[in-house]
Amino acid sequence: MIRKEDVVIRVAGESGDGSSATGEMLAQAAARSGLHVFTFRTTPAEIKGGPVMFQVRASNSPVRSMGDAVDVLFAFNREAWDLHYADLAPNAVLLYDPEEFALPTSFTGVAYPVPIGKIAQEAGNRRGKNVVALGVVAALFGLGLNKLEEIVRAKLGKKTELLDSNLAALRAGIAYAQQLDKRDPFWMEATGEHERYVMTGNQAIIAGALHAGVEFFAGYPITPASDIMEGMAVMLPQIGGGYLQAEDEMAAIMACIGASYGGKRAMTATSGPGLSLMSEAIGYASMTEIPVVIVDAQRGGPSTGLPTKMEQSDLHLALYGSHGDSPRIVLAPASVAECFHLTVWAFNLAEQYQTPVIVLSDYSLSFRTETVEPFDLSRYPRIDRLRPAGPLAPKQYRRYELTANLISPMVAPGVAYAQYTATGLEHNEAGSPDYTPHNHARMTEKRWGKLAPLQHSHAYVRRFGAERAKVGIICWGTTAGPCRGAVYLAGQEDLPVAMLQVQMLSPLPVDAINEFLNQVDIVLVPEVNFQGQFARLLQAELGIKVHSLTKYTGLPFSRLEILRQIHALYGMAEPVVV
Amino acid sequence: MTAVPIVSAPVVYKPADYRSDLKPIWCPGCGDFGVLAAIQQALAAVQVNPKDLAVVSGIGCSSRLPGFLQVYGLHTVHGRSLPAAIGLKIARPDLTVLAVGGDGDFFSIGLGHLPHAARRDLDITVIVMDNAIYGLTKGQTSPTSPRGHVTKSTPYGQSAQPLHPLAIVLASGASFVARGFSSQPKQLAELIKAGIEHRGFAFIHVLSPCVTFYDTYKLYKELVYDLPPTHDPSNLDAAMHYAVESERLPLGIFYRRPPLEPLPRPTPQPFDTQAYLNRFRA
Repeated sequence: MIRKEDVVIRVAGESGDGSSATGEMLAQAAARSGLHVFTFRTTPAEIKGGPVMFQVRASNSPVRSMGDAVDVLFAFNREAWDLHYADLAPNAVLLYDPEEFALPTSFTGVAYPVPIGKIAQEAGNRRGKNVVALGVVAALFGLGLNKLEEIVRAKLGKKTELLDSNLAALRAGIAYAQQLDKRDPFWMEATGEHERYVMTGNQAIIAGALHAGVEFFAGYPITPASDIMEGMAVMLPQIGGGYLQAEDEMAAIMACIGASYGGKRAMTATSGPGLSLMSEAIGYASMTEIPVVIVDAQRGGPSTGLPTKMEQSDLHLALYGSHGDSPRIVLAPASVAECFHLTVWAFNLAEQYQTPVIVLSDYSLSFRTETVEPFDLSRYPRIDRLRPAGPLAPKQYRRYELTANLISPMVAPGVAYAQYTATGLEHNEAGSPDYTPHNHARMTEKRWGKLAPLQHSHAYVRRFGAERAKVGIICWGTTAGPCRGAVYLAGQEDLPVAMLQVQMLSPLPVDAINEFLNQVDIVLVPEVNFQGQFARLLQAELGIKVHSLTKYTGLPFSRLEILRQIHALYGMAEPVVV
Repeated sequence: MTAVPIVSAPVVYKPADYRSDLKPIWCPGCGDFGVLAAIQQALAAVQVNPKDLAVVSGIGCSSRLPGFLQVYGLHTVHGRSLPAAIGLKIARPDLTVLAVGGDGDFFSIGLGHLPHAARRDLDITVIVMDNAIYGLTKGQTSPTSPRGHVTKSTPYGQSAQPLHPLAIVLASGASFVARGFSSQPKQLAELIKAGIEHRGFAFIHVLSPCVTFYDTYKLYKELVYDLPPTHDPSNLDAAMHYAVESERLPLGIFYRRPPLEPLPRPTPQPFDTQAYLNRFRA
């Protein structure tokens, strides 16, 4: 039997029975033992009840997507089997509780009955099913077995009594697995400990904002962005910053704009419904040239939509939301590491260009954990907004001065002789209302023109795959993960595929995209929304025709779904699942 | 905290020093001229340096006021002056922050922010220029227009009753609540001065008639009266009694109590990214 060192394990049960806590501890144990991990989870939108699942992909090599199919399913109950059997890989492994349901006759892979309830009870911990499961999985597949105890201690060890019973359950689970007759190929041999972080996308956004020097945060609770607000609530008072849980999203962004007008680096975080409410204020920040960072952790829409599923369907809102010609910068991270990287740059760009910057994350990225290589913090300069060169004489200061690069000096209150009113009315260089045709034209050109150099930047694209190829993928956000996976799988078949991940969606880095277009014949644009919002953007901005591949189930792409389309574009048969 | 040298400071800033070069766009006879003058008087009385003064507004005739002052102005979108003022005050507690605007801004589109601003009790002075009409959009009914009010948007009469703004802020925990009248600028300047000196959320409701679309000068002159000297501003019940009075319109300080004491917070430390990231080590 050939050992497989890349496994997708899904733990599925009922909300409240601990399957998601199990998954988290499993991911951490695997990461601590030197493996690369990538997690994926779904939860019901309701507080209690309903099916939940937590998935861990662990490998000896870096992982960039959730995987194509489930190699190991741990079904806590019959419903978990019913919901997830369709996602199983051929020759998958099933762990199931025989006291909950009988082995389905349709299942042909390797099955291990694990009476988790019974094992837990015998270990003296009736509620320890999840910890038993953790022990079983770790022992059976080699996921950080020797790290488990310390993780359980850290996670559940607040009360000695509770800790003892959980450790008993864990050991019982490990013992049960070790007496099983192992008949599957999955075994992760840890490569030794490395300095890596295990973080979620939201945690990386918080860390990035703090590294960027955030001084003010205002927000309003919304899934999946709330824990960014909660992290800021803890951290900002510790570093002397300002924090506000606002009464709604309009108040949240206006408070950020007020703080930024006051000279502080300000940020809010929300999801689609909140971004809709913020749209008017985004136009105001654009018009008054006040820096502000807005994180939109996208979820399924429209309206309340699918609050606990991912979608990339807020692109149009981020690009165009707000009336009038209101420029802004839009960035989209694809991974946890990029959440850190692009959040730092979101602050720098907001300050440098004095404009709102929207960071488009999504539900899958908000909550998934990945192993992340240490960040090279010396790579991140701090860029501040332009301020007047020296002391000002009376009547000298012009807030919206038309400089060579169209970026004007911005004072914060407290500077003598520089008082001005930031108004959403069209204004002249001095900041006074001015609706003359000539003035509106030149100030509109100023606000757009100052961002124009970014179109020539190569700093916000990532290039992967073949140097030249018939098929080239252009993608954005978390879809870049499965795209890279598909490019890798195609490479295994000697099928050249080029790929460009665009991290900046406004202004669009047209130079880099045009260079890429010269290297490919056919452009494939996969994205998780119905309209093909990015495909439309590329077609409109570059005057090209692309193949749009859309998915709108509330779930991310798998590598295979994209590889299938690559095969189709090459006129080949469907890829075979190995 | 607001730096307010009250008694002993020498007079450096005169009321005219707070005016900008911009000429107000208001109609001749607009009540807002009286409010602007009273604000200048109050600022000169507290001797705040114009460079340390921020005036935040929303949209409406009265919200143009910051531009007419030689201060740091933030002329925001309709209804959102309060959250912008709160963000600014949290970020820059050293500044004196005023939020100004009209009845449409504070009592209609932005009403949702008012109770929250009041309950936070930050050191912000709110001045509402209430003309009971939408002036900038040329004459539609407002949340403080009387029942039966005939306007372009209510040709058969406004069917709803006017709301009681002072009762709303009192019920929400405002620590300073007053009402003035633009035609009594001396009293109004005293109220604004007291509001600025108050270290919590100060709410000043100003009757400020619109000469063009709803001329209430004569009406208000008949209805206004000063709160009796026997009124105890620390008595919330009494303040509430006057706040809902609609037959006549009392002027003066309705309510005043010491602002909320801040809760204990961690002592700020410099942020160390690497130490923070170490929490996430595998």
